[in-house]
Amino acid sequence: MNNVIYLDNNATTRVAPEVLEVMLPYFSDFYGNPSSMHSFGGDVAAKVKQARENVARLIGANADEIVFTSCGTESDGTAVRAAIESNPNKRHIVTSRVEHPAIKNLYESLAKKGYRVTFVPVDNQGRLDLDFLYDSLSDDTAIVSLMWANNETGVIFPVEEISRKIKDRGIVFHTDAVQAAGKIPIDVATTGVDMLSLSGHKFHAPKGIGALYIRKGTKFSPFMIGGHQEHGRRGGTENVASIIGIGKAAALAKAHVDQNGYERIRQMRDRLESILLTRVSNSMANGDREHRLPNTTSIAFEYVEGEAILLMMNEYGICASSGSACTSGSLEPSHVLRAMGVPYTAAHGSIRFSLSRYTSEDEIDVVIKRLPPIIERLRDMSPFWKQAMQS
Amino acid sequence: MWEYTDKVKDHFLNPRNVGVIEDADGVGEVGSIACGDALTFYFKLDDDGKIKDASFQTFGCASAIASSSALTEMVKGLTLEEARKITNEDIAEYLGGLPKEKMHCSVMGRDALEKAIACHLHEPEKKVEGEIVCECFGVTDVEIERVVRENHLSSIEDVTDYVKAGGGCGNCHDRIQEIIDNILGTEPSAKKKIPALTNLQKIKLIEESIEREINPRLKKDAGKLELVDVDGNRVLVRLGGTCASCVKSPITLKHYVEGKLRELVSPELVVEEVQ
Repeated sequence: MNNVIYLDNNATTRVAPEVLEVMLPYFSDFYGNPSSMHSFGGDVAAKVKQARENVARLIGANADEIVFTSCGTESDGTAVRAAIESNPNKRHIVTSRVEHPAIKNLYESLAKKGYRVTFVPVDNQGRLDLDFLYDSLSDDTAIVSLMWANNETGVIFPVEEISRKIKDRGIVFHTDAVQAAGKIPIDVATTGVDMLSLSGHKFHAPKGIGALYIRKGTKFSPFMIGGHQEHGRRGGTENVASIIGIGKAAALAKAHVDQNGYERIRQMRDRLESILLTRVSNSMANGDREHRLPNTTSIAFEYVEGEAILLMMNEYGICASSGSACTSGSLEPSHVLRAMGVPYTAAHGSIRFSLSRYTSEDEIDVVIKRLPPIIERLRDMSPFWKQAMQS
Repeated sequence: MWEYTDKVKDHFLNPRNVGVIEDADGVGEVGSIACGDALTFYFKLDDDGKIKDASFQTFGCASAIASSSALTEMVKGLTLEEARKITNEDIAEYLGGLPKEKMHCSVMGRDALEKAIACHLHEPEKKVEGEIVCECFGVTDVEIERVVRENHLSSIEDVTDYVKAGGGCGNCHDRIQEIIDNILGTEPSAKKKIPALTNLQKIKLIEESIEREINPRLKKDAGKLELVDVDGNRVLVRLGGTCASCVKSPITLKHYVEGKLRELVSPELVVEEVQ
């Protein structure tokens, strides 16, 4: 497709050219196994070590606290299972109502296995009900798992504050930072976070590589049992090229965050959002606009359906995503928007735009030009629009 | 991304007959904004009682808009009797097929059409028949039974794809399974049910099949098939053209001709060649 305007970076990102470049030799010339005794493998191990340091630096961890995994979902699953297995007498687990399916569906399956599960609610801005969270905790609680930032709305939970508050209660605190890592400053050293998940393809590394931070001293048992790789915390020969890739991507992201590179993205996002909200009537931004990822906006266009909007934007090469039911094949609109109490009239017509450092002002201009007429066209087609306007 | 046919894309991007017919002879409304799709369908009759004009307003996804647009095109020129025979499968077929998860869009089209016709005939508003099975989407056992029978559905997932029932909280899954089991139990071969043909009908159908399906195909190889007689389930034929001298003709006869006739007429037929 020509002229793709890619505003779906919370789904996945392009691999940075610098990342691809450092990866390529590990598909061809340097194919050694990092576990080998010979220096042909040992040289690769040194590069893997460097990558581990880079990923650790991105979140303020020590290199030996980083375990490479295949993706965010594996990191999440590993963390939750480790917490449960290390605390076999505890039968209570806590999360929020707006988590990614990697946590949401795992918790639901654990509920069926007899665990008592608390899903902490959010308010209409997507902010966590902290009192509800603290009240739910007891000596029986094995783990609290909360996302750092929401994938659909970008709303940021006060993870640092929460982690400090529950630090000394003998509860494992895990955070799914898949959307936050590489976009906002993260420093686990100053928090009480015990485990943290991240995923490379959300910050310009390839798909198929993730990491789990495990604070030194946290009780752990591996999910993938096998060889001694990752210090016995995850068996299986390392995905070397991708590890090199995520290392480079982490270094680039760290530099970008340190230099406030996200200010430019925030400005573009704000411009896109405010102009669309002005030009399109009956539209609103979903979620807390103050505590939010700088690259994300979720906008509800009332009385139109999200899939139809996406496919009409697709005609102009604009890529975004929707909280509507139809796009996912399920019949209920996004559980995140529903948990926030976004009415059906708006939830079905919610569109998420997520920017990256590769997004340009020109691309934002195209969306600003093309989207309002699409909404108008679909509203003209809708049986509800005129009724709503008359009443 | 959904795999939509070009026809679905066309009817979505260039929908036909959008809007309201102010002096419509029939109007049918289905769906709701909570459900994620809704359609209002209008038609106007000419002096002969045929549908002269039809239009729609739809809130919904691409396939909902395309199904609505297709429906308005399909009904034009039909009498109400004829229009009533349109099924959801007809709508899907008109569009070259719909993804399975989107079949409920075609069902919505048919429901709106039925409602509009009932509205015109001043038929009393059908009371909600049966009991609500799916609370989330307000679907009754009668509706589920109908869609299972008409579309030969065999799983809960199928039912969800066609009428949404079971797509919410999932509490009704046992009840839906029961309905499916009941129908499959009482009609084990619903799909394969063969209409009983009289001899005359059978011969006519064989003739038509040879004329329309078989000979056009054989003609490509300059062959020809002639029906000589039908004796019970024995179909006696004579091969002409190049077929008469072709060494492969017994294979053509057994595999192609017999297969085709069994498919189109009756699975019990046996084809035999006469000189």
